[in-house]
Amino acid sequence: MALSVKIQKRLGNFHLAVQFEAGDETLALLGASGCGKSVTLRCIAGIMTPDEGKIVLDGVTLYDSAAGINLPPQRRRVGYLFQQYALFPNMTVRQNIAAVIRDRSAKESRTRELLRRFRLEEVAALRPGQLSGGQQQRTALARILAAEPRAILLDEPLSALDSFLRQQLELELAETLGSFSGTVLWVSHDRGEAFRNCRRVCVLDDGRSQEVRTLEELFRSPDTEAAARLSGCENFLDVLPAGETVSVPAWGVTLACRRPVPAELRRIGIRARHVLPAGAGAENALPCRVLRVVEDVFSTVVLLELQGAASGAPPLRMELDRTARKSPVGAYLTVSVQPEHILFLREPQQEE
Amino acid sequence: MDWYPLWNSIRIAAIATVAVFFLGLLAAYYIARLPRLVKGLLDVVLTLPLVLPPTVVGWLLLCLLGPRRPLGAWAQSVFGLRLVMTWWSAVFASVAVAFPLMYRTARGAFESFDETLAEAGQTLGLSNAYLFWRVRMPCCRQGILAGTVLAFARALGEYGATSMLAGYTPGRTATISTTVYQLWRTGDDAGAMGWVLVNVALSAVFLLALNLLERRRSGRGGGA
Repeated sequence: MALSVKIQKRLGNFHLAVQFEAGDETLALLGASGCGKSVTLRCIAGIMTPDEGKIVLDGVTLYDSAAGINLPPQRRRVGYLFQQYALFPNMTVRQNIAAVIRDRSAKESRTRELLRRFRLEEVAALRPGQLSGGQQQRTALARILAAEPRAILLDEPLSALDSFLRQQLELELAETLGSFSGTVLWVSHDRGEAFRNCRRVCVLDDGRSQEVRTLEELFRSPDTEAAARLSGCENFLDVLPAGETVSVPAWGVTLACRRPVPAELRRIGIRARHVLPAGAGAENALPCRVLRVVEDVFSTVVLLELQGAASGAPPLRMELDRTARKSPVGAYLTVSVQPEHILFLREPQQEE
Repeated sequence: MDWYPLWNSIRIAAIATVAVFFLGLLAAYYIARLPRLVKGLLDVVLTLPLVLPPTVVGWLLLCLLGPRRPLGAWAQSVFGLRLVMTWWSAVFASVAVAFPLMYRTARGAFESFDETLAEAGQTLGLSNAYLFWRVRMPCCRQGILAGTVLAFARALGEYGATSMLAGYTPGRTATISTTVYQLWRTGDDAGAMGWVLVNVALSAVFLLALNLLERRRSGRGGGA
């Protein structure tokens, strides 16, 4: 039981080339907005048609350009949770659910069962416009399950909500999906959301999918700039490899990496919380001047300018606990980066 | 007073409205998803009858339906039917002038329809016909009703093209509008006045209905 996707589609200047396989799991599709996440889901659901490729779900070919197969969305059995839920506004909660149950003889009992399971009995006679956000999401999920899907696609299910409601609905959603036995694709641009709900992830960068890996791997050793960015890394630098060190032309410094540096390495990443205040003699010591101090909710972000850096060189972001001692703007201080905290990033593969 | 023109007018307008209702909906539904250039072109062609003088529409229809014209000759040879100078000839004229009103109002309603509702319905296994009649139409109900009332009102008031296609034969092709003209022309001012009052009353009822519909629509928009 699995979903396998390999599709290409051109939309104006945008080129989507996505390839991944998912088992009976909740796979995260993680990417910045505009990277093609929604287009991918729409192609799988059959609302959009790719230019070429193949989509197979549980052994059933949904789409195969070579064989001329393109099942209509009605026959794909793919549930799609839209961001705004797309409940029919002219029908009550009960009618929304009952409408999609195919088996007429079971319609009544299945509807009642779903209303009970999703705690919608009290609002069964209301229309979607009269429901709270949580009730709307539960109705949408009940309606999707009423259609007995083989896979469920979630298109940024929580991004339209404020943070309190969001946490609550995320828990409810996870609970519902936990009892679903098929494949779930969870599209998100939020690494925390993906990390909490999925074990494996496929990163999409500008229409291209990267290898499926576990989220732990993604956070521990992101291998491309897009993956590093999505895992929360903020500092990116152009470098040239030199033995077990890299030189940073923009800063005029060399950083020790204490491991062989690939000859083709051109870019590194450094997490803001891996930049630490240090003594002048520390390894990879970087003398800096404080440009700005930004107080965040639980941390303080300090923007640093490297001394001797070329003009236009990117500032270095350092993240400190709120309780840490801070230097004022304009002050001089030395920071360092541990060699093992320097992330080697490769160019995303160009596949055609 | 011979009530035939009233009955004939309502009958023609009603048949024309039913035809325009389905034609306008179909056109609005399919044209909305065409490429922009084709859409713009079709839009102009289909809206022309609204802005052209009715006599021009009548002349164009005669070019199509006249006894020695393509469609007219075909109907004559296949069904033995004459398409002009009968009471139902006026239906063609009314359809032509009322169609743009239905088409444009329905298209406006369809364009404000949230397409994700139809997409969600498809992924849930609902047929396109079900989604059209049970989701799209109810969601666009107010706009479509308004278009239907407008089309009916326009069909009821049709004169120019009707007089050219159906002429004026008392008791056969006479409608309210052609009767008023005929009575005035023959100097029967009192008779004309009677029909004018009937027409005003009829139109007032429909405009009132239209206003009620629009008020309900704006009321719903604010309360939702």
